[in-house]
Amino acid sequence: MPFIPHTEQEISQMLQTIGADSIEDLFDEIPAHLRAAVLEAVPVGMTEMEISRLMHQRAEKNTKALCFLGAGAYQHHIPAAVWEITTRGEYYSAYTPYQAEASQGTLQLTYEYQSMMTALTAMDVSNASMYDGASSLAEAVLMAVRGNRKSKSRKILIPTTVNPVYRQTAHTIVKGQQIDLVEVPYDAATGTVTLELIKQQAEADITAIVIQQPNFFGCLEAVDEITDWAHENNILVIAVINPLAAALLTPPGEWGQDEASKGADIACGDGQPLGAPMSAGGPYYGLLCCKQALVRQMPGRIVGRTVDLDGKEGFVLTLQAREQHIRRSKATSNICTNQGLVVTASTIHMAIMGAEGLENTAAACHASNNSLVEKLSTIKGVKKAFSSVHFHETVLQLDAPAAQVLTALMQKGILGGFDLSLDYPELGNAILVCTTEMRSEEDIAAYATAMQEVLAQPANNIASLQESA
Amino acid sequence: MLIFEHSSQGRKGAPQSPVEKASVSAIPENLLRKKSAALPEVSELQAVRHYTRLSQKNFSIDTQFYPLGSCTMKYNPRACNSLAMLPGFLNAHPLTPDEQNQGFLACMSDLQSMLCEATGMAAFSLAPMAGAQGEFAGVAKIEAYHTSRGDVERKEILVPDAAHGTNPATAVMCGFRVKEIPTLANGDVDLDALKQAVGPQTAGLMLTNPSTLGVFERNIEEIAKVVHQAGGLLYYDGANLNAILGKIRPGDMGFDVIHSNLHKTFSTPHGGGGPGSGAVGVAERLIPFLPLPMVTQEGEQYRYLTAKDRPQSIGRLSAFMGNPGVLLRAYIYMRFLGREGMVRVAEFATLNANYMMAEAKRRGFTLAIDSRRASHEFIITLKNEARKHHVSAMDFAKRLLDLGYHAPTTYFPLLVPECLLIEPTESEAKEALDGFMDALEQIKQEAETNPEILHAAPQTMPVKRLDEVRAAKQLDLAYKAN
Repeated sequence: MPFIPHTEQEISQMLQTIGADSIEDLFDEIPAHLRAAVLEAVPVGMTEMEISRLMHQRAEKNTKALCFLGAGAYQHHIPAAVWEITTRGEYYSAYTPYQAEASQGTLQLTYEYQSMMTALTAMDVSNASMYDGASSLAEAVLMAVRGNRKSKSRKILIPTTVNPVYRQTAHTIVKGQQIDLVEVPYDAATGTVTLELIKQQAEADITAIVIQQPNFFGCLEAVDEITDWAHENNILVIAVINPLAAALLTPPGEWGQDEASKGADIACGDGQPLGAPMSAGGPYYGLLCCKQALVRQMPGRIVGRTVDLDGKEGFVLTLQAREQHIRRSKATSNICTNQGLVVTASTIHMAIMGAEGLENTAAACHASNNSLVEKLSTIKGVKKAFSSVHFHETVLQLDAPAAQVLTALMQKGILGGFDLSLDYPELGNAILVCTTEMRSEEDIAAYATAMQEVLAQPANNIASLQESA
Repeated sequence: MLIFEHSSQGRKGAPQSPVEKASVSAIPENLLRKKSAALPEVSELQAVRHYTRLSQKNFSIDTQFYPLGSCTMKYNPRACNSLAMLPGFLNAHPLTPDEQNQGFLACMSDLQSMLCEATGMAAFSLAPMAGAQGEFAGVAKIEAYHTSRGDVERKEILVPDAAHGTNPATAVMCGFRVKEIPTLANGDVDLDALKQAVGPQTAGLMLTNPSTLGVFERNIEEIAKVVHQAGGLLYYDGANLNAILGKIRPGDMGFDVIHSNLHKTFSTPHGGGGPGSGAVGVAERLIPFLPLPMVTQEGEQYRYLTAKDRPQSIGRLSAFMGNPGVLLRAYIYMRFLGREGMVRVAEFATLNANYMMAEAKRRGFTLAIDSRRASHEFIITLKNEARKHHVSAMDFAKRLLDLGYHAPTTYFPLLVPECLLIEPTESEAKEALDGFMDALEQIKQEAETNPEILHAAPQTMPVKRLDEVRAAKQLDLAYKAN
């Protein structure tokens, strides 16, 4: 029997101890007329060899195209050691470290993660992680509402340059709390929010403002200016960051020129670029950091360093009085789990890469995107949409329908980018193209050639390419 | 020793990243980092050795029996890991066009169907990333359902007092008031109290069955009737689904909404605290409200459903598709089991629990609920030992660590004083169960003759008992270089 070790003899001994005639007797408290019939729609069991064949066949069906797609998930190199160590049974099959003495491995590693994340973001405190970037933004919003006691409005400004799926997720999660998520439009020339546009939405009391850096278009926002203005007006700043970019860019804890109120109050984002494979969307993890003053508003698990009875250093889950298993309906969040195993991978990833490795990787992503945009922009029918400086993603406007161009590129083995027409119809035929350190000059040249060929076709030919796909 | 304390300034990780820093001259100076992040500077070998050694300070299923009640710490088959990590899956970008992602989508579609069949629900969404998020999605759907009918006065969620803490916390997050329903000494919900509690304000009842007290709720049909007649919906917390898999289905018991913890019943790894998956299922009338994304099959093709297909959906809970790597592992595990294997899960999990309960009784322990069948778990109360010998459930737990066993769940459910909630799962052999019971009996004797051994435990772990008060008062949450 798969994964069940009992022998016939053991089964009879155990039943005898229980005083039951059969295993079936053990279910005699369940009303007989409610009992399940055979689960017809579940196929019969398979052997490991059969499942292996099935899964290889299915994995093979997925595309092997060159990836120039980002929009919140990025293909980076992950050192081989990272997942080899992470999938050791001692990490992989351990539970949440509630029995601290028997979980010092996971606990110390999580403390190291928190230390690395605070170093990277220049924030005071990091928790042990949330589910993903989008849900960490939702929790950051809830946290800001609890934390900003001077504000009564429960109004949060969210520029439309914040990832649309993050905004949607935040809406789903906070809508039960009478929180108002107010959109701020972006400047059509720069692809960033400006203080003028923000001020138009901010006449009354505002609880917090969200700023994504780099923003969804890949553009760099004027974070210092916005942070200083927000703090002058008792508005908390929630930073949404790419933690890899934070190795290169001003970290959220240092946003703003005003020394007295320096730094975003809360920083969140997706940890995926630091050691998690794209894996069709997850598991990733959400990073969540804050200033010291907000630590008791932080949701989720936090590990602290302490000492044992002999005064020896050790690690425990701490500030548990915030959490659902203690406070029940008065907890800071219903969250129970963190993304422990992915955090394990990410910690090992950061240790092996080091600050210099991450910074060089981030710089390579940026340079590679410059190179791609430069090459693509020379093609007739392609132009850069915004004037701002970008990190590793850029919006390009095409003179042919974006969906059709992307399909045609796909047929040439190029996953060419993200179609923006659904979320940003005002941009016309626009795509978001991404490059990481994994895209070589040859890859970029291949993309440029493919784009040239596709756009050289008359528009109706591109459409017919799509239909035949 | 922390990884930071292995660090030497100028030491580099070598071949893992670009050696030269590319030009970033296009980025204005004020947007660039002034000082490198203070991450450790170690060699790959140092990192590998450090994290391998750290791993050895953990208990885990792969190394110890882990009878943690309510957590279903069953074996995590290795093939589920290696096959979910095939390059075709790992290198799939989440926004890959559906036509190019058919292998993955086929697995997700099959998984949705199998979960429907196993639970008796009409449709499933795999979007929630953990049990608590599944609960959130479930309660949000209850809210959306009532609101869609203009039934906007239903502002209260009922929760038995034996429930997991996430139940009331979730209900509040979704904007509801919470009312607790008492539990009888025999473990069943107090039906009279429930009848008193329901009314036009009732949005729904959240219930775990078998309950956290380790017994099957025998009045489930009556409970369903009472809640439904009051116009409320019935929510199934799938924490204990392992006990009844293939034996009785939540849908057949009358539940309208459920979440299933795939990291429990379907054996995806707990990973030291996640990632999990809290897939949610619903009865027919709640299908429009399921969270997105979901996968649908059209002929031979699979595709994601969008907001256009499901305008009434409660929406998104994550940037992409929940935790696909976890979902793949659950899918592979379910294909291993097949329909007959699923029933065996419940049978042998229940056999193991009832055997251990009988052994506990024989060895002189007090059961929280005597004279009933155990589900896949049962509870010992150590209140007598606590009174007579001044030892606590915590002391028993810590002493078990010394004897090589992970402790059962302690102090949960909150209703039972000095309790150990013990869940062996189906994957443990009789000798592991016997070994654990021997250890427990030995500790009971030690409590009578030399309770100091218990108070001083553990002695063999990497650390002794830790000062939690100090941890909370003198917060040290991150390493700072001197």
